[in-house]
Order: sequence, then structure tokens, then C-alpha cells
Amino acid sequence: MIRLPKKFYGIISDAALKGRPEEICGLMGGTKDGNVREVKEIYILENIDHSNEHFTMDPKEQLKAVKDMREKDIVPLGNFHSHPESPSRPSEEDKRLAYDSEASYMIISLMNENEPVLKSFRIVDNVASEEEIEYI
Amino acid sequence: MNNMKVTVSGELKEYKDGTTLLELVGAENVEMPEYVTASVNDELLGYHEFEKTELKDGDVIEFLYFMGGGCI
Repeated sequence: MIRLPKKFYGIISDAALKGRPEEICGLMGGTKDGNVREVKEIYILENIDHSNEHFTMDPKEQLKAVKDMREKDIVPLGNFHSHPESPSRPSEEDKRLAYDSEASYMIISLMNENEPVLKSFRIVDNVASEEEIEYI
Repeated sequence: MNNMKVTVSGELKEYKDGTTLLELVGAENVEMPEYVTASVNDELLGYHEFEKTELKDGDVIEFLYFMGGGCI
């Protein structure tokens, strides 16, 4: 389970809608206290692929985000990206490139633009399982 | 051989002079290094540059995993 302030859902969905037709992407930082993981900050990063089917985060912006997290005494919790025209579930490529079994991988689908669907997954050995998002 | 102090992912550490980025990756148990970009004093270096990059005293190193995917 991961706790996500509602305002961050708003920021991610706004960025995803504004970024269409391209996929948008970003990082989440927060706290871990036992099994409780809470998002404290999100970072919208440039998708240097500028594609509606792929994303690659800009490593320079990634570095800035990592430094900011360290300054704020928070830790990386995972990342998110949008699927402008497909459901919010990890693609084969998403699973193949998910290196961190401890991370949350969030995907926001814009298939219904009036109600973007955000889901979070843990991916271990190429197998994705959905995790609950608790909105706070 | 002398030791040098470098900052790795925010932590001050000591390694012997002449340690390369590739050796550091091994010593720090960085997983899937082929998917890693290193930042040395804010300069980004790909995996193919790790072996030839010798670190020096005071260097600040971060490891960044490739983050990407797609919807297909």
C-alpha cells in the first residue's frame, strides 16, 4: 500500500492531459516507515523520447530530483508515467525495464479523459501486481 | 598507495587512489550496472565510460538508473 496526497493525483493527471499525445513521466519521493510508504513530493520530468508509446526520463532532471529528495530527507519511492491511449497496466516493456522490486510503478490512463485512472504496481521478476493507493 | 575520499550517493567513503568508476560500481554492489548512468561532479557518464574513468579525491558520484518504458 502506498499513501498518496490527493493533490498529487491532480498534478499528475493535469500534466498527463496537458502532455498528450506524448506520454509524461516523473518520480516520487517520500517516507518509509515499516510497511507504510507515503509520497511527499513528486517531480514531473521531461520524456526525452517525446513519444505517445515510450518514455525515457531525462537523466539530468533525474539527478536534480535525487538531490532535492536528499535535501528534503526523503527517499525515492518509485515513478509514474501516462498511457494516453491504453489502460493503466504495465506493458511488457514496462515490466522488462522495472529494475527495482521495492519501487512503486504508477501508471495513469487517459482513455477516459474525464476521469484518468491511476494505478500503482510492484514489479518483481517481470511479474506485476497491483498495490493499493490510499488517498490522503 | 594512498586513499581518497569520495561522496557516493550522499555518503562520504574512502577508496584507494585510482579507483575507476567500474570498480566503484562493483564495490558498491550496484545492480544492473548496464542500466546505470553515473554522475561525477554533475557530469553524466554512460556505462561504456565507467572503465576509463578514474575517480579522484573529492569527487561526488551519484548512480541513476535508466527509467523508461512504454505502452506496447
